[in-house]
Amino acid sequence: MIEVKNIHKSFGDAHILKGISTTFEKGKTSLVIGQSGSGKTVFLKCLLGLFQPEEGSILYDGSIYSEMNTDQKRHLRSEIGMVFQGSALFDSMTILENVMFPLRMFTKQSKSEMEDRADFVLKRVNLEDAHNKMPSEASGGMQKRVAIARAIVNKPKYLFCDEPNSGLDPKTAIVIDNLIQEITEEYNITTVINSHDMNSVMEIGEKIVFLKDGLKAWEGSKENIFKTDNEVVTDFVYSSELFKKVRQMYLEERH
Amino acid sequence: MTYLHNIGAYFLMIKDMFRKPTKWSVMRDLIFKDIDDLIIGSLGIVAFISFFVGGVVTIQTALNITSPIIPKYLVGFATRQSIILEFAPTFISIIMAGKVGSFITSSIGTMRVTEQIDALEVMGINAVNYLVFPKFIALMLYPFVISIAMFLGIIGGMAACIYGGFSTVDDYITGIQLDFIPFHITYAFIKTFVFAFVLATIPSFHGYYMKGGALEVGKASTTAFVWTSVVIILLNYVLTQLLLSS
Ligand SMILES: Nc1ncnc2c1ncn2[C@@H]1O[C@H](COP(=O)(O)OP(=O)(O)O)[C@@H](O)[C@H]1O
Ligand SMILES: [Mg+2]
Repeated sequence: MIEVKNIHKSFGDAHILKGISTTFEKGKTSLVIGQSGSGKTVFLKCLLGLFQPEEGSILYDGSIYSEMNTDQKRHLRSEIGMVFQGSALFDSMTILENVMFPLRMFTKQSKSEMEDRADFVLKRVNLEDAHNKMPSEASGGMQKRVAIARAIVNKPKYLFCDEPNSGLDPKTAIVIDNLIQEITEEYNITTVINSHDMNSVMEIGEKIVFLKDGLKAWEGSKENIFKTDNEVVTDFVYSSELFKKVRQMYLEERH
Repeated sequence: MTYLHNIGAYFLMIKDMFRKPTKWSVMRDLIFKDIDDLIIGSLGIVAFISFFVGGVVTIQTALNITSPIIPKYLVGFATRQSIILEFAPTFISIIMAGKVGSFITSSIGTMRVTEQIDALEVMGINAVNYLVFPKFIALMLYPFVISIAMFLGIIGGMAACIYGGFSTVDDYITGIQLDFIPFHITYAFIKTFVFAFVLATIPSFHGYYMKGGALEVGKASTTAFVWTSVVIILLNYVLTQLLLSS
């Protein structure tokens, strides 16, 4: 479980996060949604310790991140998997080497043990025969799968994904979303996903945190997001014609 | 103000480079890869340039010695001095600032803009050590490149004598052995080590701290080339004054 308590983050004069608190539970897929530029990536990078918030604290299973010593931080890092928006695969390494990389860094496994494990997770993300390709030779959807495989290869307790389905076609996007959710349940991971995509909300949002102008505007479950009267949320959710229609039908059904 | 800030950030990066080392089995592979990219990959162009510039230096010296009282073996002497003291260590380094420097800036800069550096940091890896240290170690072999440049420059001069008839080979060989001062070689290699350090770190700095996208990667490479050259030229002046004027 991850608890976030009142975090603030600024860059110079720009106050990006203005006091956000929430919790993310184990074995659940939590979604952070909001418009482009609403601070989702900054929020995630604060959770990861890539940015230091000026105020507030982040607790990983009860321990406060900023109070951990170097060894504890290093240990925590080895329990975190991250899928970046652009996949962030190392482009000088093959797909197999990318997936083996966290194992090479953090474990004392032999080469064949590492290869077996990498092979296993690559199969898990449905990539059977791309092991020796370079990332640049793989499609966007394949790169995302490799990034997921790399994030879970060392059996993380926490998984973070920054817009995992941006730039993918709707069908592949759903496959990737579902894959992340299945893995979350299967391995009992605390998963936090950034998204601006309502389809993801429909598919996998067990818990949803809505960011707007650096504040948490709303939080709740995916069932509730369609019932809420919070204007900020309805504005975002029903920005597309399709969802406007869905809501209309839903409301008519209720009356 | 920003200059001071950047200079401070540069030295902090150098400090970080030696902190929290990357696992040796991984680092070893990175070093071999960088030796291949930075050193082996530069030999061709360095050999080509050195050979022909050596020839040109010889031709120009020979053509400028018109007075009959100046002995012909001075052609070889002048070629040796200019190649060992300046051409090989300094001018090859400027060329390397273009070739190796822009490669370093653009490869690290691309890793920055595609979040590969963030990915390293999330894993708890000291990205500066991971990226810059192997380049620094690889460039410790740079004096080897410069020795080849010195050798081929002098051979180029000899080829010009043989094929252009600007001096006899005997005169040339007498010239290149004349008044040989071993400290000049020491001086040249001290410069080479210093320039190797500059070549590894300044382009890395520009790549590591860049912001933006693909366009900015290109701009950062250009800026890195300018600063690397400026620093090499300034350090060349300082080191020459310190080492030779006593
Ligand atoms: N490293 C940074 N330095 C300065 N400003 C930043 C930095 N990272 C993000 N920002 C600013 O923070 C705001 C939120 O960005 P971001 O979190 O990337 O939005 P989102 O991911 O929701 O699209 C943007 O206005 C962006 O310009
Ligand atoms: Mg973002």
